[in-house]
Amino acid sequence: MRELFWFFIFPGFLFSSAIGLFLTWVDRKVTARIQWRVGPPIYQPFADFFKLLSKETLIPNGASKLLFLIAPIISVFAMSAVGAMLIIMNFYPTSSFMGDLIVIIYLLALPPLATIIGASASKNPLSAVGASREMTLYFGYELPFITAILVAIIKTGGEIRIGEIVMFQEMYGPILYSISGVIATIVILVCMQAKLGYVPFDIAEAEQELMAGVYTEYSGFALALFKLTKAMMLFLLPCLIITLFWGGIASWFAIIKLLLFVVLIILIKNTNPRLRIDQALKFFWIGLMPLAVLGIVLAFFGL
Amino acid sequence: MKDIRLWGLKKSPWVFHVAAASCNNCDIEILAALTPRFDVERFGILLVGSPRHADALLVTGVINRKTLPRVIKVYEQTPKPCLVIGVGACSCSTHMFEDSYNVVGPYDKYIPVDVYIPGCPPKPEAIILGMVKALQKL
Repeated sequence: MRELFWFFIFPGFLFSSAIGLFLTWVDRKVTARIQWRVGPPIYQPFADFFKLLSKETLIPNGASKLLFLIAPIISVFAMSAVGAMLIIMNFYPTSSFMGDLIVIIYLLALPPLATIIGASASKNPLSAVGASREMTLYFGYELPFITAILVAIIKTGGEIRIGEIVMFQEMYGPILYSISGVIATIVILVCMQAKLGYVPFDIAEAEQELMAGVYTEYSGFALALFKLTKAMMLFLLPCLIITLFWGGIASWFAIIKLLLFVVLIILIKNTNPRLRIDQALKFFWIGLMPLAVLGIVLAFFGL
Repeated sequence: MKDIRLWGLKKSPWVFHVAAASCNNCDIEILAALTPRFDVERFGILLVGSPRHADALLVTGVINRKTLPRVIKVYEQTPKPCLVIGVGACSCSTHMFEDSYNVVGPYDKYIPVDVYIPGCPPKPEAIILGMVKALQKL
């Protein structure tokens, strides 16, 4: 019963999505201010969400109905589980179980996977191109992402429990205040941009080339759930960075850290052009991967 | 529940731009209305890339035998409820192309049009006003 409450209401679905939609508003407002505009009012993401829920959901002719409709539900459930686990384990480190960090890495892999499945099931050529790009991009960013997370595991002496990592940082200070911690944080920040599908890496839904890319055929509640997944990611991925490298989210100061990371993401989004898919893959494997490995080597020597 | 639906529909109209053989003047004015100078995102208006995401279709241009099936297809692909806004004199009547062999008539013969914005081309302010009038119809 308590687990269901955690999953659906407090740190899970309802709470994460409300904060995520609020951060989406922060994103749109900061973008508007950068472009010297006024920007949307604070209720705008909520209005978008309720509008999409009340619209008709069309299923294209010849699409696989089950896969098409189940993909957004899978991705929202995965993000709710990440939210519940991450936040509960920050506040009650003793409730952490063996290997929950690995479970979270797996759950974070589900939304891109669900997007690929849904886009492939929709029988649209533009969605198919978007899905293939999303898959390539996923292989690109997942390797440096996990390698950078390894830095936190090595620094804490092989801990794969989030609770233990948070407690370690309470005793010995955040991992970010070391050279390897800084390198790993930068690598994860860039990978996060790709995971969110924001501008240097929005190759899968490139508006000017692919209409709406992987989401081209989605409408109504299915599109609303995909937008909600993106919003929850915008909240939970910075939370993951703060948990692993900057001393956990169980303090009021964490709100400032969260907003700092979100604004950093938005600034990167607004000041960069879109990369081609081959350039993105080269950037992740040849540019970012050696940096992540350097972080691991430094972490082994305790720097 | 119904109030929340209506509120959502009124506060976030996403538009899809259907350029059906216009002379591009109306298209340029629509793009001008979406620029930071007019900042329509204040009202929640966004330009989307797919008709499946759209709540309002901005149709421009005089409809002819080539574009008619495409326009009807795009209208059918849009999830309902959706608004159709005819931008420019060509979409309201057929303007000066009335006697052309290729022209099959104004839009409202084929799809229900909610608001007409006259002008050749209409100013961005007129397009925003038309959008407001269309939202009042909901």
